[in-house]
Amino acid sequence: MAKITVEQERCKGCGICIAFCPKKVIQLSKNLNPKGFFPAELINEKECTGCAICALMCPDVAIEVYRQEREKK
Amino acid sequence: MKKVFERPKSLTDVHFTYCAGCTHGMIHRMVAETIDELKIQDRTIGVSPVGCSVFAYEFFNFDMVAASHGRAPAVATGLKRSLPECIIFTYQGDGDLAAIGTAEIVHAATRGENITVIFVNNAIYGMTGGQMAPTTLIGQKTETTPFGRDARAHGYPIRIAEMLATLEGSSYIVRTSTHNPQNVRKTKLAVKKAFENQLNNKNFNLVEILSTCPSNWGLDSIQSLKWLEENMIPYFPLGEFKNI
Ligand SMILES: Cc1ncc(C[n+]2csc(CCOP(=O)(O)OP(=O)(O)O)c2C)c(N)n1
Ligand code: SF4
Ligand code: SF4
Repeated sequence: MAKITVEQERCKGCGICIAFCPKKVIQLSKNLNPKGFFPAELINEKECTGCAICALMCPDVAIEVYRQEREKK
Repeated sequence: MKKVFERPKSLTDVHFTYCAGCTHGMIHRMVAETIDELKIQDRTIGVSPVGCSVFAYEFFNFDMVAASHGRAPAVATGLKRSLPECIIFTYQGDGDLAAIGTAEIVHAATRGENITVIFVNNAIYGMTGGQMAPTTLIGQKTETTPFGRDARAHGYPIRIAEMLATLEGSSYIVRTSTHNPQNVRKTKLAVKKAFENQLNNKNFNLVEILSTCPSNWGLDSIQSLKWLEENMIPYFPLGEFKNI
């Protein structure tokens, strides 16, 4: 279980996260943000692995990544 | 769920003024994360340049000084010598560092000033609208080389990392890139080492980071990362040029 949040007002819709997401679970929103960009959004929470590649590559540091902690044995 | 990636504390909440897809922002994050990880936020002073990153003092959440064009290494020298317990870095573009500021960077390096330099090479003057920089590639079209840079008329692109590595006063000189996750990770490690070296009182430390300028290259964000990889890396090879 993992997910990302994209700060909608901060994102400039550059699409770098979309290009690098190994699971292809990010797309551009259909809604314009106040800056006039179509921001990125997660489309499938089930598939996101929380690898954080999207956040690593985001030039505007608009992505936060959440991951379920592994159960300890 | 546990948060595993968030904005570093050493960045303010201010939105970056960079164009969409410009990798200046990634580099800001890596500098800020490094300062968080080394727990030096309260004693770091950054020196911002003239160029698109002129507003870096709005984005970094610690003390900053704005230098006039190219003079950041001279300002950093004064700061470090008068406040040796502080961690001093400059953040400079290739127009700032490799054109108007060539004398300052060369002499700061040869004096072995104990500072850290983050050198953002995007092969163009970004802020002023895309004129040729000393780092512009042969054949590259810019506003001032509309038919492509021609070595006979405009000279050859300058390799700053290689040049500074020849100077006795430099300790750590490396070139990295931002074009994919693997190289972004390597950049982060290099940035961290360049700050750790300062903490260990090593001399002059510089990370040259290949960066994009989608707006003035006339490419979209993804095309720019590809253009960097295919055109800049062959002329500006990645790697460590000095590590002593
Ligand atoms: C003394 C002086 N000369 C020229 C300029 C105009 N100028 C502003 S930014 C810049 C170059 C910026 O290019 P670079 O350092 O590569 O940074 P980038 O904007 O690409 O990040 C120039 C020539 C100036 N501001 N001051
Ligand atoms: S964390 Fe990884 S899998 Fe999830 S959206 Fe980001 S890049 Fe894709
Ligand atoms: S002009 Fe170029 S370097 Fe400046 S913010 Fe835009 S893309 Fe980045």
